[in-house]
Amino acid sequence: MPNAPGRSRSRGRAPAPLRRRSRQPRRRLAGAAALLVTAGTLAACDGDSGGASTLTWYINPDAGGQAEIAARCTEEAGGRYTIETALLPRDAASQREQLIRRLAANDDSIDLMSLDPPFIPEFAQAGFLAPVPDDVAERVTEGVVQSAVEGSTWDDELVAVPFWANTQLLWYRKSVAEAAGLDMTQPVTWDQIVEAAEGQGKLVGAQGTRAESLTVWFNALIESAGGEIITDPSPEDPAQIELGLTSEAATRATEVMQMVAESDAAGAAFSTSTEDSTATGFESDDGGFQVNYPFVYPRALGAAEAGTLDPSVPDDYAATIYPRVDEDTEAAPPYGGINLGVGAFSQSPELAYEAAECITSDENQAEYFVTNGNPASSEAVYDDEEVLEAFPMAPVIRDSLDIAAPRPQTPYYNEISVGIQRSYHPPSGVTPGSTGEAATELIDAVLEKEDLL
Amino acid sequence: MSTTTLPPTKKTEPVSAPKGGISDRARSERKLGWLLAGPAFAVMLLVTAYPIAQATYESLFDYRLTDPDNRSFTGLNNYWVILTDTLWWQSIGVTAFITAVTVAVELVLGFGLALVMVKALRALRPVLRAVILIPYAVITVVSAFAWQFAFDINSGFVNSSFAWIPGVAADTDWFGDRWTALLVICLAEIWKTTPFISLLLLAGLAQVPEVLQEAAKVDGATRWQRLWRVTIPNMKAAIMVALLFRTLDAFRVFDSIFIMTNGANGTESVSFLAYRQTIARLEIGLGSAVSVLLFLAVVLIAFVFIKLFKVDLAQARGE
Repeated sequence: MPNAPGRSRSRGRAPAPLRRRSRQPRRRLAGAAALLVTAGTLAACDGDSGGASTLTWYINPDAGGQAEIAARCTEEAGGRYTIETALLPRDAASQREQLIRRLAANDDSIDLMSLDPPFIPEFAQAGFLAPVPDDVAERVTEGVVQSAVEGSTWDDELVAVPFWANTQLLWYRKSVAEAAGLDMTQPVTWDQIVEAAEGQGKLVGAQGTRAESLTVWFNALIESAGGEIITDPSPEDPAQIELGLTSEAATRATEVMQMVAESDAAGAAFSTSTEDSTATGFESDDGGFQVNYPFVYPRALGAAEAGTLDPSVPDDYAATIYPRVDEDTEAAPPYGGINLGVGAFSQSPELAYEAAECITSDENQAEYFVTNGNPASSEAVYDDEEVLEAFPMAPVIRDSLDIAAPRPQTPYYNEISVGIQRSYHPPSGVTPGSTGEAATELIDAVLEKEDLL
Repeated sequence: MSTTTLPPTKKTEPVSAPKGGISDRARSERKLGWLLAGPAFAVMLLVTAYPIAQATYESLFDYRLTDPDNRSFTGLNNYWVILTDTLWWQSIGVTAFITAVTVAVELVLGFGLALVMVKALRALRPVLRAVILIPYAVITVVSAFAWQFAFDINSGFVNSSFAWIPGVAADTDWFGDRWTALLVICLAEIWKTTPFISLLLLAGLAQVPEVLQEAAKVDGATRWQRLWRVTIPNMKAAIMVALLFRTLDAFRVFDSIFIMTNGANGTESVSFLAYRQTIARLEIGLGSAVSVLLFLAVVLIAFVFIKLFKVDLAQARGE
């Protein structure tokens, strides 16, 4: 072997006596460093026990807004508490998985958490959320949009603090709607926008991928048709949950889903389209209409600023209320966003609720809206001038939030949602009537633990 | 004789083996062997046997993570639920398909790459080995994202660069159909793990005695004949070990499916099913039962390989 052990060992090191001499000061140095570290650690421990409590806030990834709010509230607390943020995974389902696994192991490091509303009942039912004190409940629901309060409630009790409230709007290219002769000042239906887009050779974007966003779309359709996915949530016994997937409204919702997916306006990759890919399609030359969250607007402005998108494109953007299923029935747009939960095993729930009130203050919500594009749950924020300047469509968002419908509220939301995704995907493959029956059969069997998911 | 191999018995038998019984030296060597392997064996028991035993125990219960108070013993009911569900058999089918396709292609490609590495010029060899190994060094999730972006209808380059291939067009939605999605998943797996199989085969190639090659050459055997009648028969053990390892690995495919399709369009594998029951649905009992069945499938594969194809793991190590 060219690299014999003996040879390589002797290479690149000082002879033995020299080595010994040079080692001694190094050892002394190491000892001093160890002492310093130990002293520092001890001092830190001491400071912790007597001074500010550290609250850990598990946040969903954003553009840095929550970390900024945490820093501001830490400053405002005047030393009573310090908020540290811990980042959760990117998608809502993985965020839920991580939080639940931690809470099931009684993790007391979770003081505050940013929760996606449909998962709140599951956390509350499992006893993972510290009860909201009455006075806090009263303050945090005052002047808050109805859908955000509903999204924080389980079993007629407020279990989380409304933070920011999201909703989908119908985004359209002014030029396309004008060319198609569609009056966008009046409520429009899915049939109308598909017809207009087909006539102009443009796209209608919706989220047809097999993910949570498909449930969001289907829920909006069925609620807009006057129905509900769950008619009786039966909090005590999951096997008794009653589904409304075979109702007339559900059949109508399925018809619309099929009509959109099968139309020429759906585009080539409708069955894999997410919120992001829908926004990309809308930014392209084929963009006509899309249902999507408000983030699409700052996204287009950012792209125009970066030079990857023609500046005339975002100028052509406009938004209105979600499309109707039937002409005479008001639409029920999707409701989303984030609400704050306080961990049941937190060492200082009172301080955590105090911090939650600071985080959800009107000023912080307005700032978060402007900088991160996440709409507020507080109604007052929509009158803020800065907000109106950054989001000319803010009044539409507020109107949409007023009529938005939350997704089904049940501790078994994951089973319901994944069951719907399995049955209604791909959207072009659904059959009005029989898909609802098949979905009901699957979800019932899954809830009775007689089927895999 | 159609193939030429050295008789294995002569190679492994000690020159002066004592007749009957174990010598003192052999006994003390065996003792030393246990002493050396013992700690590792204990650690293996702790990190593998214990979780397997616990999963087997949990699989007999109806147990939801968020509702531990209502945990109840249900015997083999979870297994009955799984084995009577078409989704399970569909996942088995998808997993077997991915395993068969990827392992077969990887074996051929890996063998080719191993031959290239053996025959390459001495100066080129280290560079070549490093280049071939790069995909294997990439984390599976990262490789899955890279392949997903490449085939994505919006951001990918495949649709525009390969439009000259019949069936590929600007509007080809690779992940919107079961077979095209499986094709991309298989391609990503093949790209990533062919280096592994080629490394194992390279070790096997190095074991083929040069004397046999020379003897065959003297007898006038062509390159092709030498490959089929000398090289491959002499590295059969290495090939079988490579196949065994890769089959076991491929049967547990998860990352690529999770990233690329999330199980949509009938692309769910058995591992994915276990993940969905245990982690997403929080049904620890049902999910554990799926995991136990997956474990049994893997044991069965290993058993079939070792008993039916007579894979000798010791021979592959050159003992």
